[in-house]
Amino acid sequence: MLKRKTPIGWFVGFAISFALFQLMLLAITNLLFKGIGLWGVNIPVGWGLDILNFVWWIGIGHAGTLISAILLLLRQKWRTSINRFAEAMTLFAVAQAGVFPLMHLGRPWLGYWLFPYPNTMGIWPQFRSPLMWDVFAVSTYATVSAMFWFVGLIPDFATLRDRANSKPFRMIYGMLAMGWRGSARHWHRYEMAYLLLAGLATPLVLSVHTIVSFDFAVGIIPGWHATIFPPYFVAGAIYAGFAMVLLLTIPLRKVYGLQSFITMRHMHNMAKVMLATGLIVAYGYMIEAFFGWYSGNPYEKFMIWNRMHGPYAPYYWALILCNGLTPQLLWFKKIRANLLVLWLIALVVSIGMWLERFVIVVTSLHRDFLPSSWGFYRPTQWDWAMFIGTIGFFLALLFLFIRFLPMISIFEMRTILPEAEVEEG
Amino acid sequence: MIKTKPPRLYGVMAQFDSPSTLVAAARETYEAGYRRINGYSPFPIEELSEAIGFKRTSLPLIVLIGGILGGLGGFFMQYWMEVIDYPLNVGGKPFNSWPAFIPITFECTILAAALAAVLGMLALNKLPQPYHPVFNAPNFALATRDSFFLVIESKDPKFQHDEVMRFLKSLEARDVCDVEV
Repeated sequence: MLKRKTPIGWFVGFAISFALFQLMLLAITNLLFKGIGLWGVNIPVGWGLDILNFVWWIGIGHAGTLISAILLLLRQKWRTSINRFAEAMTLFAVAQAGVFPLMHLGRPWLGYWLFPYPNTMGIWPQFRSPLMWDVFAVSTYATVSAMFWFVGLIPDFATLRDRANSKPFRMIYGMLAMGWRGSARHWHRYEMAYLLLAGLATPLVLSVHTIVSFDFAVGIIPGWHATIFPPYFVAGAIYAGFAMVLLLTIPLRKVYGLQSFITMRHMHNMAKVMLATGLIVAYGYMIEAFFGWYSGNPYEKFMIWNRMHGPYAPYYWALILCNGLTPQLLWFKKIRANLLVLWLIALVVSIGMWLERFVIVVTSLHRDFLPSSWGFYRPTQWDWAMFIGTIGFFLALLFLFIRFLPMISIFEMRTILPEAEVEEG
Repeated sequence: MIKTKPPRLYGVMAQFDSPSTLVAAARETYEAGYRRINGYSPFPIEELSEAIGFKRTSLPLIVLIGGILGGLGGFFMQYWMEVIDYPLNVGGKPFNSWPAFIPITFECTILAAALAAVLGMLALNKLPQPYHPVFNAPNFALATRDSFFLVIESKDPKFQHDEVMRFLKSLEARDVCDVEV
């Protein structure tokens, strides 16, 4: 696995995604020169593609933490062959997510003002704002995900160090392994630390998307101001994340011949998680419509009517089709077993989750209480360039990861081999 | 003539082919009264740390303390900034709007506890540690692949070189060798 020749597809894929990454850099450069007037955002829709892409990316990240932390606590051993990859996906998705709010600041070079540091202005951030909560939640999430990933890699770095053919690689991996030598005392503390990290990451991942949903739910805009938001957002995040894991692992296991590591059981389990979270999300859509009707509030009623019949109605119905109806196919075993269809469903769900955030962000903002302040939002080419660029950056990072680091945890795979069992003599 | 001191001995190392033989050997070694012993394996073996008499780690306590300090620090950071140092009336809310401070308090708790877990684990393990005598042993590179090792350190009060050599050879070891400092 480690010493195999790089398939030609790797170079093609990396070249394409790296080119898209350049598009992102171009979009950011242009933005820094000209300001966010380049984007379609304006009053009343001040949060356009930028915030929805942020929510979309961070949601994708959550599946990685779920797989590595929650499934570890639940002793689901099948997670072992996909957790490393899923954690890398988390980290890279969070990196993309961070780009959007930072660029949306308008003056991104002052982004550090968000952190409470002693400053000559003599002021402090305003901690009653959900946007401050977001800063802490996302930066904590990024830090903990990075630590979790790195700690998981330490023993594998040691393996790579001891197997490296050339001195530079031995030195690089050696430094990363920090002198790991597989001592029994070290393993004991290591396992404890890993378990505790999993236990800490589990409530963390739930809190992060809860806080992201507070960005909306704490506001009073109809369509945002709903108590259903935290659980509905968390389920949506896991839903989108598993769709992304499937989207990536299905071609990967084919190209790298990993069928004996990432088995059909994994595919079935991931499809089932998608189905379950998809049902929660569908329940969320139903409850939103129900609230609109049952609240008796004209603004809430208008909001849901506007979603279904307003100028963005096609987005709403496409969302229901993608997220509500399509995953129902996963009830059938035959469909879960057909990888091409499963891949297409994962793609449809990814698009659906993007549409969901579009509907939440844009349709709620564009028509609020006063018809005189209504407006319309259309993303510009630079909005799209940023979004497509982050997809390229994400894929480029994943390609580098596959090439230089073990994408399946070596030592954890060893523990589940029958030879690893200690026979009591 | 250059005077060289004879190399000091770190311990004696035995190599095993399977986790079962290593654990069995580690138990016998512990029962024979050796205490400064350690096992090395490519993956965690729960029975091994018990066999060498290593059962408790203070890591959970460190993480608990980290979490408590993070939580208190997170809350009182906000309290001090919003109530004492820079009180600002925001929408008529009280200066100490504690429910609004909870999300950040929670995040700080998790962050500090996670940092305590990772840094605590590394510190207790004395990592990073670029040099360690066991790396001198000829086959030790296999310890991260498919071989299992047991070391009796020379600091052990019962350590007597020939006796230890004989003892380790009597176990099902594939190879026994000296480890120099």
